[in-house]
Amino acid sequence: MSEFVAGLGRWALATLATLGHAAAFFVDLVRNSPQTLRRPYLTTAQVHAIGNRSLIIIAASGGTVGLVLALQGYITLSRYGAAESLGLLVALALVREMGPVITALLYAGRAGTSLTAEIGLMKAGEQLAAMEMMAVDPRVRVLAPRFVAGIISMPLLGAIFSAVGVIAAYVVGVLMIGIDSGAFWSQMQDGVDVFKDLGNGVVKTIVFGVATTFIALYIGYESEATPEGVAQATTQTVVVSSLSVLSLDFVLTALMFSTP
Amino acid sequence: MSGWSSGRVIGGKEISLAQPHGSIGAAGSDALVSIQAVTFGYDSRAVLSNVSLEFDRGKVIAIMGSSGCGKTTLLRLIGGVITPQAGRILFSGAPIDTSDRAALYALRRRMGMLFQFGALFTDLSVFENVAYPLREHTKLSEQMIHDIVLMKLDAVGLRGAATLRIAEVSGGMSRRVALARAIALDPEIIMYDEPFAGLDPISLGITANLIRRLNDATGATSLIVSHDVEECFRICDFAYLVSGGRVVGRGTPQQLQAAEDPEVRQFIRGEPDGPVRFHYPAVPIAQDMGVGA
Amino acid sequence: MSKKQIETLVGLFVLLGILAIVLLALKAANLASFSFNTTYPLLARFDNVGGLKVNAPVKSAGVKVGRVASITFDSKNFQGLVTMDIEREYQFPTDTSAKILTAGLLGDQYVGLEPGADDKNLQPGDTIKMVQSAVVLENLIGQFLYNKAAEPPSKEGSGKK
Repeated sequence: MSEFVAGLGRWALATLATLGHAAAFFVDLVRNSPQTLRRPYLTTAQVHAIGNRSLIIIAASGGTVGLVLALQGYITLSRYGAAESLGLLVALALVREMGPVITALLYAGRAGTSLTAEIGLMKAGEQLAAMEMMAVDPRVRVLAPRFVAGIISMPLLGAIFSAVGVIAAYVVGVLMIGIDSGAFWSQMQDGVDVFKDLGNGVVKTIVFGVATTFIALYIGYESEATPEGVAQATTQTVVVSSLSVLSLDFVLTALMFSTP
Repeated sequence: MSGWSSGRVIGGKEISLAQPHGSIGAAGSDALVSIQAVTFGYDSRAVLSNVSLEFDRGKVIAIMGSSGCGKTTLLRLIGGVITPQAGRILFSGAPIDTSDRAALYALRRRMGMLFQFGALFTDLSVFENVAYPLREHTKLSEQMIHDIVLMKLDAVGLRGAATLRIAEVSGGMSRRVALARAIALDPEIIMYDEPFAGLDPISLGITANLIRRLNDATGATSLIVSHDVEECFRICDFAYLVSGGRVVGRGTPQQLQAAEDPEVRQFIRGEPDGPVRFHYPAVPIAQDMGVGA
Repeated sequence: MSKKQIETLVGLFVLLGILAIVLLALKAANLASFSFNTTYPLLARFDNVGGLKVNAPVKSAGVKVGRVASITFDSKNFQGLVTMDIEREYQFPTDTSAKILTAGLLGDQYVGLEPGADDKNLQPGDTIKMVQSAVVLENLIGQFLYNKAAEPPSKEGSGKK
């Protein structure tokens, strides 16, 4: 029994130490971010690697989620004779929740893992140490541009996800099922508020972008310099990012959308 | 490999980008780097205990010892990557302060380091790798950078490989590219971390020759961390033997080969048994086999 | 890929993202009908505000003319004090009445304004005098039962006369 308690204590201390270390890393990232303005091409190249390369999967997922939401939503809504509210249902679901969250999860899986692996391998191949020895700060030249690129890319990807989803729902609802186009859009516009819904959704994507990019960079930076180490790190990135996104979503939703 | 130089040539006169070489440091001392009574270790063990070494300007000095004896730690101490728990390190007479990042970076610009596996930037080409320090620390025009990079690559014999991607470059070649990158800014000291490890005989010969000739041509100081006694002795002027966190031998290759100390003899001659035991500590074999008492 | 190509692609990506946001804002959300008109406040005191929520619409003749800005408890009169932001372009006469109505049978509640006939208009900060509180279902049922109980018994009574 005492062995168990001692083990628990050790684990708690180790977790606290990791949290502290991660917090220091985060502060470093934020502190070095303004310097990326001096060499904008570094960040641009990273936006290309993170954002552009994720475009296809995000757009495709947005389209399919929109399609499915429209189909499933129609089945339930038509029971209550409220089929014309389909546009409203899909738009709210996408803009408030599914857009930010699913985009963040896909982003963590695609861009997050590539960041982790890249940083981990750079560290393993002593590239970061070589930079240090050449009097180049790797935090400024390698880490900060990727961090800033993630913060820029996520809101854009989230918006694209939701927009494609709404269009897909339109295709299903109006063009295929035959809901009145006017009702589709007017009910949507009536119920979706620019600031409360769309704005909060954008805020969510920014928060998720910060969290997932930071997690991916940290885990990559701290990974073991072996093939197994890097493999484990990429898995960890997906798991930790996903859990963080979902927990943050709960907190943000409670803050933003709870009725007073 | 004749007629090459590592500096830019204008009108027949060779100019260098770094500090003028050959200037004397502190009061008559010819040491570029001086490690004084340095102790370094982690909680569980001491890696270096109260070691003192001197590295004279313009010389090739080897630091030898078996794996894990603290050789690479010495390089990292000189580079300011880690801080000694006791003692200090002087560079050109001035102590290295690891807490002052700006001064540390200014110092590192006068150093060149060759990592064990090259540590080249895999997303850049050979040319871009060598140009990297020039682009970072100088405001030279693209034309000048182009010329300097090609001269450095020529010095290591790889001018024709300038456009290759790192993935296309073989192991021995990648080390030469890394060497070209390390000397891009004409450093006062070039540090080599296990430059001979895992090379075939031809590459070994090339590397050893390059280290010596670069040193002589630029007047820089070269530090080689290695356990390849034969190659080191061929090219170095002075050598230290480190074992168990202490300096157990120092001198010219001739002096070390004639040394009486058993630890030095065992290492220099590569004898399997001596002060460093062959057998890992164990109970007597009879006991393990279950025979006798 | 050359530097120029990458920069162009990133520019396109950013453009696409911004377009998506604009599309959502205009088509999905209510930005198109978003008015940046200034508003002026009007007050109304209700015995019972029912299920009226902040940001509920204020309508007149079925058209939205403003929003409920705040609902507080007036401890002097023990009434609910509703502050409404009415768009400046809409003026109402001083004898306007305010009712709390329900949109549809089970929908959200809103404030309906019925204009009076006075020449003078309500000024910013004025209180609407004529109000009708929200209909509370329990009171309605209680009233119905009370009325039913107070009704003279018809069939038995007439037989005896």
